[in-house]
Amino acid sequence: MTETTRSAAAPAAPDIPTGRSHRVRGRPLLYTSYAQDMALLDTRAKRVWTGLLVVLAFALTVLLQDRSLEVLATAYVMAIGAIGLNIVTGYAGQVSLGHAFFVAIGAYTAAALSGPVDGQRLGYGIAEIWIWLPAAGLVAAAAGVLVAPLATRLRGLYLAIVTLGLVFLGEHIFKEWQELTGGPGVGREAAVPQLFGVRLDQDGPLGTKEQLLYTLMLALLIVFAVAARNLARSRIGRAFAAVRDRDIAAEVIGVPLTRYKVLAFGISSFYAGCAGGLLYTISGYVEPGSFSLLMSVQFIAMVLIGGVATVSGSIAGALFITLLQPLTRSLPSLVPFVSGDTTQTPNVFQVETVLYGLLIVLFLIFEPRGLFGLWIRIRNYWKSWPFSY
Amino acid sequence: MKGLLETIIRGLGNGSVYALLALGFVIIYKATRVISFAQPALMLAGAVAVSYLAEVTGFYAAVILSALLIALVALGIERVAIRPMVGRPVFVVAIITLGIDVVVRVVVNAFIGRDVRQMGDPWGFTQVSLGPLVVQSRWLAMLLVTAVLVALLFAFFRYTKYGLAMRAAAFDQETALAQGVSVGMVFALSWGLAGFLAAIAGMFVGTGQGVEQLTWIIALKALPAIIVGGLDSLGGAVVGGLVVGVVESLFQSYQGEFAPWLGQNFAVVSPYVVMLIVLLVRPYGLFGTREVERV
Repeated sequence: MTETTRSAAAPAAPDIPTGRSHRVRGRPLLYTSYAQDMALLDTRAKRVWTGLLVVLAFALTVLLQDRSLEVLATAYVMAIGAIGLNIVTGYAGQVSLGHAFFVAIGAYTAAALSGPVDGQRLGYGIAEIWIWLPAAGLVAAAAGVLVAPLATRLRGLYLAIVTLGLVFLGEHIFKEWQELTGGPGVGREAAVPQLFGVRLDQDGPLGTKEQLLYTLMLALLIVFAVAARNLARSRIGRAFAAVRDRDIAAEVIGVPLTRYKVLAFGISSFYAGCAGGLLYTISGYVEPGSFSLLMSVQFIAMVLIGGVATVSGSIAGALFITLLQPLTRSLPSLVPFVSGDTTQTPNVFQVETVLYGLLIVLFLIFEPRGLFGLWIRIRNYWKSWPFSY
Repeated sequence: MKGLLETIIRGLGNGSVYALLALGFVIIYKATRVISFAQPALMLAGAVAVSYLAEVTGFYAAVILSALLIALVALGIERVAIRPMVGRPVFVVAIITLGIDVVVRVVVNAFIGRDVRQMGDPWGFTQVSLGPLVVQSRWLAMLLVTAVLVALLFAFFRYTKYGLAMRAAAFDQETALAQGVSVGMVFALSWGLAGFLAAIAGMFVGTGQGVEQLTWIIALKALPAIIVGGLDSLGGAVVGGLVVGVVESLFQSYQGEFAPWLGQNFAVVSPYVVMLIVLLVRPYGLFGTREVERV
C-alpha cells in the first residue's frame, strides 16, 4: 500500500506497468498505471477546463467591480475553512460542530501577531503574511490536537455535542479576554496583510485593495485546495477514509486510530486557523461574538450543500452559501412582498436564514452528494446522451 | 447556609426545566438513534404559543393547548422530514433537524417580534417562604410539575401498551417490528412526546423574565445534561438536568466571590465544563449504556 513497497515490488513483475506511462489515445478512461488512476487531472477535458476556470478566476480581478470582488474574496476564504471541515468530517468522518472555535483561534493569533505593538490590544507588529498565516494555522492546529484526545474516546453524536460545547466555551473565553479581543460589541482590528513590505489592504500601484485581496485569497485557496486533494489521495487520506467507513475494521487492518483522528483534527484546525486569520483582513475588524454556533452551522452547510468528502464540492458550497447573502439582499427589488426593513415580517434576513435551513434539509433529502452530486448527474447525462443510461 | 439552600432550590427549579428538555432529547434518541437539534425551536414555539393563547383562554388551558399544538407540529416535522430518512446515517438526520430548527425559529421569531413576550403566568417573580428560606414560587412550580410529568412518563413507559412498544423498539427495532410493533408509530410518538415536553419547558423558561428571540439558547443547556446523564437513559436525563441546573446556579451565586478570574457570566458555560469533565471520566455519561460493537 505504501510508496516503498510498490516501487520495491515493481521490478519483480515487469508486466505490470508502474509509474507514469503513456495514455492510450482516444481511450480516456483506460488507465495503465496506478499513478494515472490517481492523477488529479486525469483527462484532457479536465486539464483544459480546470486551466480555463483558474484563468477566468484570475481574470475576474479586472473584470468585476470592487464590491463583487470583496464578496468573492470572502467566499474563497470561507472555502478554505470549509475544506478544513471537510477533511475532519467528510474524509475522516469525525463530526465537528466546533469549527468556529478554531477559526476564532486563527483569527486572534493572526490579529495579535500583526497588531500594532503599542496599541490598546495585544500586538506584536509582525505584519508579514507569510509569518502570521502559518502561525495562525499552527496555533489552531495545536488547539485541535489538544481537543482530539476527547475525539478518540467519543464517537458520533457524543463528539458532535462536545465540539458544540467547545464553541460555547470559546465564545466565553474570547468575550472575557478583552486585552486580546476587545470584548463583545467592541472588537479589535484584524490581521494586517502585508507581503514583502506591500500592504495588501490599501489601494496601491498594483491595484485597489479589493483586487489585491481577491488575488491573494484566490492564490491561497488554490494552494490549500490542491494540498487537500493531495492529502486525500495519500496514505493519510486512505487511512482517514478507512476510519470513516468503519473505525474498528480500520484498526484491525492496522490503521492507528488515535494517531489518525488526532491528525485529522490537527489538519482541519490548521485550515480553520488560516481561514480565520484571512477572513477578517477583508473587513479589517474582528468581533468576538461572530464565532458562534451559527458560524459552525454555516460551515457544516457549506460542506453538506457542496458535497461531503470532495474538495471541489467544499469550494462550490462555500461560494453558494456566501453568495446567497448578496442575492437575498437584492430580493426586495425583485419580489414585492419581501421587505428590506428588519421590522417587517417577511424581510430579507428571515428569507436568508430560512433558505439556509431549507437548503440543508432539501439537499440532504434529495441530493445527499450535494452540488458535487448534481454536477456528476449532469455530466453523466450528457456523457451518455441521447441515452438515459 | 440559608443562601446556599436557596441557591440549590433555584438550581433544582431551572434544572427541572432542563430535565424536561433532556427527556425530549433522550426519548427521540432512544427511538430513532438521532439527537434532534430541533428541540430549541420547539421549546421557543411552545413558549410563544402559550404567550398568545393565554390572552384568549387563560393561562392553564393555554399551557395544555400549546403543548398539544407543539406536539402536533413535532409530529408533522417527523412525518415530513425525518421519516423519509430512515436508514440513513444518524449524522445526516441530526443535521436535518438542525436545518429544521433554523427554519422553525425564523417563523417563531416573526411572532415574537422585537419585544419580550410575557407568559401571563400566575407566578412571575413572587416569593414564598419555606420555613426560614425565601424562594421564588416559580422554582417550586417547575419542580412540582416536572416531578408529576416525570412520574407520568415513567408510568407510561412501564404500564401502557404504547410505552412497552417504545421500549421494545428502542431495544431492537427489527425484532420489535417482527413482533408486530409499528416502529413508525413509535417514531411519531417519540417526536410528539418530545414536542409536548419542550413546550412545557418553554413555558417555564418564559415565566418571570418572558420570552424573546434569544431564549432558544437555553434549550441547548439540555445537551450537556443528556451527555452527563448518558444519551440513552431516561433517568440519566432527569439527573443530568438537575445536576446542570444546580451547578449553574452555584456558579451564578458564588463564582464572582470565589473565582472572579473565570469572568462574568461563567455560569452560562459552566454546564459545558461539567460535561467535559464527566466525559473524560465516563465517555458514555453517568448512566449511559456502553456501546458494544460487533466486529
